[in-house]
Amino acid sequence: MTCTRACTAAVALFALSDRAMAEYRINLPAPQSSVAHAAYDLHVIVLWVCLVIFALVFGAMFYSLLRHRKSLGHEAHHFHESTTVEVIWTTVPFLILIGLAWPATQAVLDQKDTGNPDLTIKITGHQWKWEYEYLQEGVRFLSVLATPGEQIGDRMDKGEHYLLEVDEPLVVPVGRKVRLLLTAADVIHSWWVPALGVKQDAIPGFIRDTWFRADAPGTYRGQCAELCGNGHAFMPIVVEVKPEAEYRAWLAARKSGQAAKAAAAGRILTVQELLASGEKVYAANCAACHQADGKGLPGVFPALTGSAVVNGPPQAHVDRVLHGKEGTAMPAFAAQLDDAEIAAVVSYERQSWGNRAEPVQPALVKNLRQ
Amino acid sequence: MAIDAGTAILEPAHQEAVPGGTWRWLTTTNHKDIGTLYLCFAAVMFLIGGLMAMTIRAELFQPGLQLVQPELFNQLTTLHGLIMIFGVIMPAFTGFANWQIPLMIGAPDMAFPRMNNWSFWLLPVAAAFLIGSMFLPGGAVAGGWTLYPPLSIQGGVSYDLTIFALHIMGASSIMGAINIITTILNMRAPGMTAMRMPMFVWTWLITAFLLIAVMPVLAGTITMLLADRNFDTHFFSAAGGGDPVMFQHLFWFFGHPEVYILILPAFGIVSSVIPTFARKPLFGYRSMVYATASIAILSFIVWGHHMFTVGMPVAAQLFFMYATMLIAVPTGVKVFNWVATMWQGSLTFETAMLFAVAFVCLFTIGGFSGLVLAMVPVDTQLQDTYYVVAHFHYVLVTGALFAIYAGLYYWLPKWTGHRVDENWGRWHFWLSAVSVNVLFFPMHFLGLAGMPRRIPDYALQFADFNRIASIGGFVFGASQVLLLIVIIKCIRGGEPAGDRPYEGAEGLEWTLSSPPPYHSFATPPEVK
Repeated sequence: MTCTRACTAAVALFALSDRAMAEYRINLPAPQSSVAHAAYDLHVIVLWVCLVIFALVFGAMFYSLLRHRKSLGHEAHHFHESTTVEVIWTTVPFLILIGLAWPATQAVLDQKDTGNPDLTIKITGHQWKWEYEYLQEGVRFLSVLATPGEQIGDRMDKGEHYLLEVDEPLVVPVGRKVRLLLTAADVIHSWWVPALGVKQDAIPGFIRDTWFRADAPGTYRGQCAELCGNGHAFMPIVVEVKPEAEYRAWLAARKSGQAAKAAAAGRILTVQELLASGEKVYAANCAACHQADGKGLPGVFPALTGSAVVNGPPQAHVDRVLHGKEGTAMPAFAAQLDDAEIAAVVSYERQSWGNRAEPVQPALVKNLRQ
Repeated sequence: MAIDAGTAILEPAHQEAVPGGTWRWLTTTNHKDIGTLYLCFAAVMFLIGGLMAMTIRAELFQPGLQLVQPELFNQLTTLHGLIMIFGVIMPAFTGFANWQIPLMIGAPDMAFPRMNNWSFWLLPVAAAFLIGSMFLPGGAVAGGWTLYPPLSIQGGVSYDLTIFALHIMGASSIMGAINIITTILNMRAPGMTAMRMPMFVWTWLITAFLLIAVMPVLAGTITMLLADRNFDTHFFSAAGGGDPVMFQHLFWFFGHPEVYILILPAFGIVSSVIPTFARKPLFGYRSMVYATASIAILSFIVWGHHMFTVGMPVAAQLFFMYATMLIAVPTGVKVFNWVATMWQGSLTFETAMLFAVAFVCLFTIGGFSGLVLAMVPVDTQLQDTYYVVAHFHYVLVTGALFAIYAGLYYWLPKWTGHRVDENWGRWHFWLSAVSVNVLFFPMHFLGLAGMPRRIPDYALQFADFNRIASIGGFVFGASQVLLLIVIIKCIRGGEPAGDRPYEGAEGLEWTLSSPPPYHSFATPPEVK
């Protein structure tokens, strides 16, 4: 560790910067799970082996470059073969590799052992958000980037966790084996939290699993690691590891919140309620493509301002949001949003940016779901 | 290897009229003309792909979106990759093959001169499709050069056009490979036995076999993608019984040998340059040939290491990890042999040698990061991060591209008849060699700290190293103007090179005049 710090300091000095040294971190983040520890240690071992070989081989080369120069009057020796030397530099690397393969194999076997979990969470990747489902608890929610668009567009100062903050983090208990089941709704995503040592692709139509056991409470941040379209940089992951009691309390609050929301879906909402909630749903789900001003991106994503679907009959509009449009990037939101949310966002689109179509109630969405 | 040069030069009577102007270049069947065409094409594409890289680095200079929006950014990274691989490195090496292989084995031309013309002229057409697709509705391909479905199924018509362009480039590569294999196997001068062939010829022979083996796999894979996009097949969609991951298996079965297609000819060039300026024969020629062949064979069984995070069975992960680590052995042999060639030599540092030495050193850094990435648990952390970007740019820029530079500085005097301006060359080398490390080395740290690749905007903790990398990138990009100046100066004039401008150079090409006659070796030379 002292060496890592010394190297960090050296790099910071070279860069002639007065910024905090932490910004020039040159190794993996401090590991917070057994899998991450194994990867960290393995990386340090391999790096040292590489550095020693590099120093030996290129020490010899640079010695030769300095001493065996024509300008120093050095005459070329005309040897060009030695079976002994060739055998040595084939066998020695082979033995070193076996030495490296041993700890690597043990780490792989541990990493792939997803058996006997304490809890299982299903994670679904969407363009461009994550959906978390606590399978034994019946808790389900979406997790969306919380950084405002003004910060991304340089119209506002960037916050400390710029692009690494979400509205609803994943919450897990400390010290428990968490098994993750991953899939995706549209394209391939990859769920990655460096400090926990977990990266697993989420593949549409298939379920893959992985696991972690967090060592200490805290907030751990990561990002989608597989290119998934325009919003790839904007679907971060935040995991909050809490002590068991706090986790239980969070879970209970979640469950009662979900029950209240289900009740709201049954009643008739005012236009103000619809528009207020719709603006939030729009920002989280639609603005990445159709843009905050509803103008879309010409040639890529259609505008909603003056759109025939948005200004036409409400049934067709709700249907498009529920079921998406095949062959385009427009996904089906039926499984992600409830009736009240879809009614709200559709109403918001129909009444914003100069559109003047009538709002929609959750009951219509419910009817069209079948 | 003793060479009877007597017969090689006695052939001016055979010269024939060369048509002038555009018609000459469109219809030429001469290996030297076609070699020049390939190299010029690579240079133009390098400029285009390079400008895209500069735009990418400018956007990544600081957090936030300033210059380009995500959809254009993704198009730029995708096209930059496709252009640099299929438009720069591969055509440049084919240009070297066209110029050098007949000169090195004492053949009058390539085996199939008309097909040679056709394989070149397909390339500008494919490039026009690829780059022209930027101007279609929805823009160019934006799913990464790997074209993974389902993302590549969502995209617009430019994906179909790009698939078509890749088919054309693949056809060009296959024809080129057939030509090179036939030339090497059938047209060597008397006495030029297999184990007397220059290393460059050996590496290209093996590369050509790799091309023939894997280009059809790419063609099949992207055709399946085309069918999924347009004809309602479901090869890569679980909804119809397919599997998106199958595309990745097929793609990387092509893609990993492709990596060696991009580096083996570089090994060949460096193995020609180092002995010349060490004034010593290549150390361990025989083991170099075997190592090249081993790397090529191993390249077929390591594709899974590009996919360690898709969720493979543990046995597959272990197999691909062991096989990948094994590649370090023959690669190590090559590096050791180059160092041993320099050892106790009588070294001089012309620009060609500077680039070759930098290649050995910096390519090895790419090799080491490859070993780090071979470890599955470490790869889990680093897959799809800037660490991977650093790794393959060390291999392809300070590896393949630096070898191309070494080859250019080495053979330009032979091709043009004029010596290279070493002063300008040294400036080009030192600026490039320093800035390329400022550009790519910090990317290792970015990847380790957790920055994913292919993102137009990033968290604040990545800002410092990104700024350093961008500055390195701008200097590196600007330095390449010096190369253009060197090449133009060398074509237009300079100190006469003489037949053999380097005292340590061995090989048939140095028995010819500089520039060589339009038709050389009409009578095969005798290699004793």
